[in-house]
Amino acid sequence: MTATEAPSAARERRGRAAPGLTAGERWRRRIPLLPALIVVVVLTQLPFLATVYYSFQDRNLLRPDETAFAGFGNYAEVLGDAQFRGAVLNTVLLTVTVVLCSIALATALAVLLDQKFLGRNVVRTLLITPFLVMPAAAALIWKHAIFNPLFGTLNWVLSPFGVERVDWVSEHPMFSLVVMLVWQWTPFMMLIVLAGLQSQDTEILEAARMDGAGPGAIFWRITFPQLRRFIELAVLLGSIFIVQTFDPIYLVTQGGPGQATTNLPYFIYQRTFRAFEVGEAAAAGVVVVVATIVIATFALRLFADMFREER
Amino acid sequence: MDATRVRRRRVGPSLKSAGIAVLAWAAALVFFFPVLWMFVSGFKQEAQAATDPPTFLFQPTLDQFEAILGRDFTPFLLNSLMASVGSTLLVIVLATPAAYALSLAPIPKWKDSLFFFISTRFMPPAAIILPLYIIANNANVLDNITMLSLVYTAMNLPIAVWMIRSFLLEVPTAVLEAAKVDGAGFLTELRKIILPMIAPGLAATALICFIFAWNEFFFAVSLTSTRAATVPVFLTGFITSEGLFLARLSAAATMAALPVILAGWIAQKWLVRGLTMGAVK
Repeated sequence: MTATEAPSAARERRGRAAPGLTAGERWRRRIPLLPALIVVVVLTQLPFLATVYYSFQDRNLLRPDETAFAGFGNYAEVLGDAQFRGAVLNTVLLTVTVVLCSIALATALAVLLDQKFLGRNVVRTLLITPFLVMPAAAALIWKHAIFNPLFGTLNWVLSPFGVERVDWVSEHPMFSLVVMLVWQWTPFMMLIVLAGLQSQDTEILEAARMDGAGPGAIFWRITFPQLRRFIELAVLLGSIFIVQTFDPIYLVTQGGPGQATTNLPYFIYQRTFRAFEVGEAAAAGVVVVVATIVIATFALRLFADMFREER
Repeated sequence: MDATRVRRRRVGPSLKSAGIAVLAWAAALVFFFPVLWMFVSGFKQEAQAATDPPTFLFQPTLDQFEAILGRDFTPFLLNSLMASVGSTLLVIVLATPAAYALSLAPIPKWKDSLFFFISTRFMPPAAIILPLYIIANNANVLDNITMLSLVYTAMNLPIAVWMIRSFLLEVPTAVLEAAKVDGAGFLTELRKIILPMIAPGLAATALICFIFAWNEFFFAVSLTSTRAATVPVFLTGFITSEGLFLARLSAAATMAALPVILAGWIAQKWLVRGLTMGAVK
């Protein structure tokens, strides 16, 4: 008992500022932190404050002289804009579908990888590769080599089932994006879930087996409850990143056909760099941040939980 | 009855594990296929890359790779290298002391700072691109590789701080205390004890940061155009290409993706720690 407690008690002491530090000592300890803090604040936080400021302005990059205060005008304009609402809807649809499909697949694959079989390391290496491939490169390969109606491998694979010459990207743009993104994000979630599976106490599993629990009962009663927070972490982190999806939309569908696959990041990109409508783009940006904060709050709470136990 | 039971027990698990192996291998091949196809198609002639049914057997050629390198690929490659290697070095230099101040010699309220770092990683790029663009434009550093490197530095710093911190916490307390007893000063402690012990962790962190910077597209396409454009921006030239170009695209995509695939395979062991900012080991 003491043997297991000693290291955690020692850890408890570290990572906690010793009480009674003098003011000078406190500042001396802060110095190593400052350069990193300054870089992050200057390049991410201040620009966001500027975004908030722009969102209250009527400003177009092409007519810088006609800048005026707009109050909540941009927000009213953006929220009343059918294209913006479509982008919100597409973002939600894309994120929810991709996250749900990915986590289901990822959990199944992680359970497989947790077993012993021939070539397990090779299989894991192959499975994580989609996440490593440069998303821009992957998007173009999917578009031209897999979804192509004439020479794409997808139609070739599906041809025995009577599928012929389907132009996936123009006929089923959202579906195509979902397939690509699930392919890209499943490995990410799988790694997290697998880490959760492998952190299980094998003694408890062995004890359950000895007591006559079947594999199904063991999975649902013991493994799954423990796995839950790993799954939650995978889902939350995945959601935060998938909401930001930009590369495949820019490279594969360009938000189309029409506005069918325009999500928020692509909407903002278009408003900024195609229409130069600074105010509206900024207002949309603030909306994205608010949405992200909602998800991120849950993610941070989870981090804090894992963190408390870690110490 | 007993005999069949024993036999079933012996046959059961091996059949089951064979089933698992088949399933896992099938999944792996499905997931890996697009990567494999990209790699293979890069060695084809254009006419072989666009056939129905797909061509599997062919005489491999390096023509497409030569064509890409012979074109204007090299400057993009150099820009990508500068932005990702440069930002990664800067990230490690900035993040290591910060992680130290948040773990081994913690500042007061270190937890707030730690969570502040991670929350900046959740800032959507789309929400800050506009001011960055306007500032860069006014400061005349638009389409500038140093500017892009700085943006990547800020993007990767939170991950690096969290990750390095998780490695620092693994340095045994006894070792540090022994060093203190021996009268080692801070710099000696850092140079002789801490750095060697977390060197593999620093390498892993660097690889993760390199992966994110190399693959980044949104900032690159928004903040650069001709002089500082990186490899993913080069690929946008293939969006609306006419005629047969799949083999050439595959060759370009292979060259673009290969460094990170290799880095990721090497860093496999630490990948999950990097992706979860050190929360999962």
